[in-house]
Amino acid sequence: MVVKQRKRFGFVFIFLALLAIVMSSAMVPENAKSKKEEKSSVTQKHTAKPFDAREVIMDHVLDSYEWHLFTYKNFHCSIPLPVILYSKDKGFHIFFSTKFHHGQSSYKGFRISQGDKYHGKIIEELPDGTIIRPLDLSLTKVAVAFIFCAIFMLWLFISIANSYRSRKNQAPHGLQNLLEPLIIFIRDEVAKSSIGEKYERYVPYLLTLFFFIFFNNLLGLIPIPPGGANVMGNIAIPTVMAFFTFTLVIFSSTKYFWIDIFNTPGVPWWLKFPIPLLPTIEFLSLFIKHIVLVIRLFANIIAGHTVSLGFFVLIFIFGEMSLLGGYGISLVSVPFTVFLALLEILVAFIQAYVFTLLSALYIGLAMEEPH
Amino acid sequence: MELVTPNVGLLFWMLVSFTLLLIVLKKYAWKPILNSLKEREDSISEALSTAEKARAEMEKLKANNEAIIREARLEKEKILKEAREIKTQILEKAKEEASQEASKIIEVARLNIRQEKAMAVDEIKKQVAELSVDVAEKILREKLASGAEQRKIIEKYLDDIQLN
Repeated sequence: MVVKQRKRFGFVFIFLALLAIVMSSAMVPENAKSKKEEKSSVTQKHTAKPFDAREVIMDHVLDSYEWHLFTYKNFHCSIPLPVILYSKDKGFHIFFSTKFHHGQSSYKGFRISQGDKYHGKIIEELPDGTIIRPLDLSLTKVAVAFIFCAIFMLWLFISIANSYRSRKNQAPHGLQNLLEPLIIFIRDEVAKSSIGEKYERYVPYLLTLFFFIFFNNLLGLIPIPPGGANVMGNIAIPTVMAFFTFTLVIFSSTKYFWIDIFNTPGVPWWLKFPIPLLPTIEFLSLFIKHIVLVIRLFANIIAGHTVSLGFFVLIFIFGEMSLLGGYGISLVSVPFTVFLALLEILVAFIQAYVFTLLSALYIGLAMEEPH
Repeated sequence: MELVTPNVGLLFWMLVSFTLLLIVLKKYAWKPILNSLKEREDSISEALSTAEKARAEMEKLKANNEAIIREARLEKEKILKEAREIKTQILEKAKEEASQEASKIIEVARLNIRQEKAMAVDEIKKQVAELSVDVAEKILREKLASGAEQRKIIEKYLDDIQLN
């Protein structure tokens, strides 16, 4: 049974690795190719635009109003996404991002900024010429990606729940078998061991958190929409999750937790009075540890995406110098990207685990009992 | 800077979708999954403890059986021993009785023999007496055939009687 399960995990890993390879080979060349094509067709009109590695990478790593698939000879193929705006003057506006023609035109006084301020974001030009940012609730690439992931999770776990219901007290089967070890791992190794006795209330949150991060990270490694978006590498997403953890910490905190912060026992009195040095540090650390939680996840994922793209971009940098150079460097870049993609799968799991574990630990610390 | 500035729209959508995801998953997925996991674990541990109990019971039974067998063996040995004792007792008693009987029979036989002997001696005495009377008669008849002789004998006897 165990062997069979291991085998299945192996298959999943190979599958994900293949996807990751496809991702790395599909995503960058698309962008880079577009630049190249553009260059060859545009040379008559403009001076040749050199290949900008930074732009390619940032283009992928940042959010956008449309889901860019590929560009072929000045033809941009992308999935339009809904733009939802609220401005004080004009009220609500909902329209598709195609209205901007890939950022080249303005629509009803809204346009995508090309300048340094609000670069790549929708801005509103007031009649007096000042530029402001309207309340922008657009379903961007990242938003669509995580909403897709949420729907996928709903389908996955509700169907698993049904198979648990229909196969009561029997050995797990199929998807159930694949995810049960993870569910039990989060319940026993994360929730039970770091929260303690009253862990059961927090298991649903921790499970949701873990699988949301894990699946978003894995989807981020798949190049084909709805995968391939840099969800956890967008600081807004971990921020919201850390906010949830913070809220839980505050709501489940006991008297003793606050006593430990403001009147830490077992510490010389002059650290607390007249200058409340330690209480200040302790109080700030309450916030800092949640901010670090955000930055750890965000930085890890964005770094993974950036580095694997970096290796690919090398091909086009060298390819611009000479065709042979591009092919030559690809012999190095491709294996490296494959290696990085495999590493990213590991990172996807580790970061999801670390975020969940630390959330559980913080909750456990907040539920401190008198020693 | 753009990288580390959270976008309001994304914050909003993430807050909404994560909250919804949490609520729906909690109600329709995690609760049934965790409940049935717990149920299954409970049933497995229960089955294991039942098996353990059954094993202990078996062990006890086995121990009991062994005790019974041991007892039975002891009993058997005891019985055999007793039987052997009884056998020797019976044999001895029989021997004793037999020897007593034999000595009695011998005694009786001896008595009989003595009686028979006495009777036979009496018979012999009687017959000897008769025979001697017969012989004496015959001798007398032959001796007393001549007158001289008769006289001589009568005289002799008369002498003997006078002597006595």
